[in-house]
Amino acid sequence: MLSIKNLHASVEGKEILKGINLEIKAGEVHAIMGPNGSGKSTLSQVLAGNEAFEVTEGEITLNGENLLELETEERAREGIFLAFQYPVEIPGVSNLQFLRTSVNAMRQHKGQDEMNAAEFMKLAKEISKQVDLDPAFLKRGVNEGFSGGEKKRNEIMQALLLQPKLAILDETDSGLDIDALKVVSDGVNALRAEDRAILMVTHYQRLLNHIVPDYVHVLAGGKIIKSGGRELALELEERGYGWLGLKDEETADSSATSSAN
Amino acid sequence: MATTDQEVNELIKREYEHGFVTDIESDTFEPGLNEDVIARLSGIKKEPEWMLEWRLKAYRRWLEMDEPDWAHVGYPKIDYNSISYYSAPKRKEDMPQSLDEVDPELLKTYEKLGIPLHEREKLAGVAVDAVFDSVSVATTFKEPLAKAGVIFCSISEAIRDYPELVQKYLGTVVPHGDNFFAGLNSAVFSDGTFVYVPKGVRCPMELSTYFRINAANTGQFERTLIIADEGSYVSYLEGCTAPMRDENQLHAAVVELVALDDAQIKYSTVQNWYPGDEEGKGGIFNFVTKRGAAIGKNSKISWTQVETGSAVTWKYPSCILRGENSVGEFYSVALTNNYQQADTGTKMIHLGKNTSSTIISKGISAGKSSNAYRGLVKFGPGAEGARNFTQCDSLLIGDRCGAHTFPYIESKNKSAIVEHEATTSKVSDEQMFLCRQRGIDPEQAVSMIVNGFCKEVFKELPMEFAVEAGKLLEVSLEGSVG
Repeated sequence: MLSIKNLHASVEGKEILKGINLEIKAGEVHAIMGPNGSGKSTLSQVLAGNEAFEVTEGEITLNGENLLELETEERAREGIFLAFQYPVEIPGVSNLQFLRTSVNAMRQHKGQDEMNAAEFMKLAKEISKQVDLDPAFLKRGVNEGFSGGEKKRNEIMQALLLQPKLAILDETDSGLDIDALKVVSDGVNALRAEDRAILMVTHYQRLLNHIVPDYVHVLAGGKIIKSGGRELALELEERGYGWLGLKDEETADSSATSSAN
Repeated sequence: MATTDQEVNELIKREYEHGFVTDIESDTFEPGLNEDVIARLSGIKKEPEWMLEWRLKAYRRWLEMDEPDWAHVGYPKIDYNSISYYSAPKRKEDMPQSLDEVDPELLKTYEKLGIPLHEREKLAGVAVDAVFDSVSVATTFKEPLAKAGVIFCSISEAIRDYPELVQKYLGTVVPHGDNFFAGLNSAVFSDGTFVYVPKGVRCPMELSTYFRINAANTGQFERTLIIADEGSYVSYLEGCTAPMRDENQLHAAVVELVALDDAQIKYSTVQNWYPGDEEGKGGIFNFVTKRGAAIGKNSKISWTQVETGSAVTWKYPSCILRGENSVGEFYSVALTNNYQQADTGTKMIHLGKNTSSTIISKGISAGKSSNAYRGLVKFGPGAEGARNFTQCDSLLIGDRCGAHTFPYIESKNKSAIVEHEATTSKVSDEQMFLCRQRGIDPEQAVSMIVNGFCKEVFKELPMEFAVEAGKLLEVSLEGSVG
């Protein structure tokens, strides 16, 4: 489904990604792990088309289509979803309005009719329950005054609502307590489907206890230096990134209370 | 809400949608201004002698006045002798007796603008006075309003039919010598709207005036006077548009509001004069004096304005809070794009005891435009226990526009309380990325973010117009992303 070949990307002239190769098939869940500053978040931003990053070499295709030729919103409509690590606030714009605009933009792209306010409200309420969000939050401004946990749940709720082909979860576990982590993980597991791929970017292995990946990749210095199965994450947990000859003051422990922030 | 890609493209390309010209025969004065011109204008309108005298007095005063230069705007010098001060569609009678007698071309014009005037198609629940260039061409719902005792007519009619009321209040809130543009207006105003709501009456429907400039090289100088007698309530809305022309045109209006004891006036404006083209060519100079006097105790005057049009805007809808416990409100959204310039805000003059005022101003600048908030909050010696709250937010789109805030506070009373909050923010790349990542078109994302920014003001608009205002912002912002 997603194919990344020799991807190089830089920000403000500084190269962050230095030749990423990655193949993700439909139905698979991949985890990208790595120490801080390894380029994990950059990879997710580049996939989603953030213009702050410049792709200098390589290619990204989604089901054979060249993603690099598509604008951010076009990639989104093609089914790329990014759950943000730090979702930004949009004051005065209600969640409901934002979500409905988003859903309708996608529906329109697929040639489906727009959902009216009442239909959408019903759907949004159902899905908000799935991630344990009080439906009252729909009336609040986008991410306005949300707690860290609410923001993350809101991101997952949006993934459930939009049903993307590829969901990229950027540090979705950071800043969550164990209960919230459970709710978010349940949400992500509900997303797992044969026709959908999930790419999880995380510093910690603890998330992978809840969402078991098919493949684990270690990203360091802008390259994938090791790939393996579920056992690779466990090994990292046990031995830390130092085991791979990487410097990182934090280790990939599974402590539920630690945070990547 | 959402649109197809094709529609979006059309939207981006779409120009000012009210820019058409109505082909109609007009009686138009030669350009130029002198006492004879004023006498001729007064004569055409069959005005009583006192009105002409009033105009001439204003004119003589105006000649001694200087055009204000303190606003944060720049525009070429206006030659007041190159403007025509009167232009009216030709007709047999001086005033249309009924809608059937109104030129069909004019009716079509208003229909095109979304303001059907015909009985069967009239806007439900909204009475409209339609002003075309220098004259009022039609006023709807006059009869049901008259039943309630509400007078809603053109100011020309009011001068003839209700001289006592007009003489008692005209110029009491905005006197001749108030400022240069008000002085000019007092001398040459050609039409406008008059409203009187009698004691204890809650006006049964929204009242509105739709101003349309059509003729070239003319100025529009309308005068509006609204009087809310004791315990009455009225909500009034004005809208305005003009054709696209390369020359600038002057619009210098005066609005006076008078609220007696326990009366309330809610005055909303959706201003969409032609703003000029992308290079800043053409557009309306909107130099307007709007002021309300809350002279009665417990009276309330509320201004809501959505300003998206005009090349240059100079406008400060104000409240003089004379009555005890009187309340003044100013809610404003001012959006500038391309080369538009706006210097707008309000004055809250607290004279009476326990008077209170609220100012919420939202300025949005895009393109290479300049947007200034200018506000005065003043407490006189008698304003015991008076208070003001001001919130003044600016939003920048892109990095070539400017936002400025000029707040003035003067207090001669120690018990007065004033709070002032101001913020400046940008539509951030992060906000845009979030929206676009969710499949939302960039233009739509900006308009959504801006609408969110303006929410506090839009909720003050009458329902029907809040939707319009949102759409108007969307159109005005076109091309601001890129």
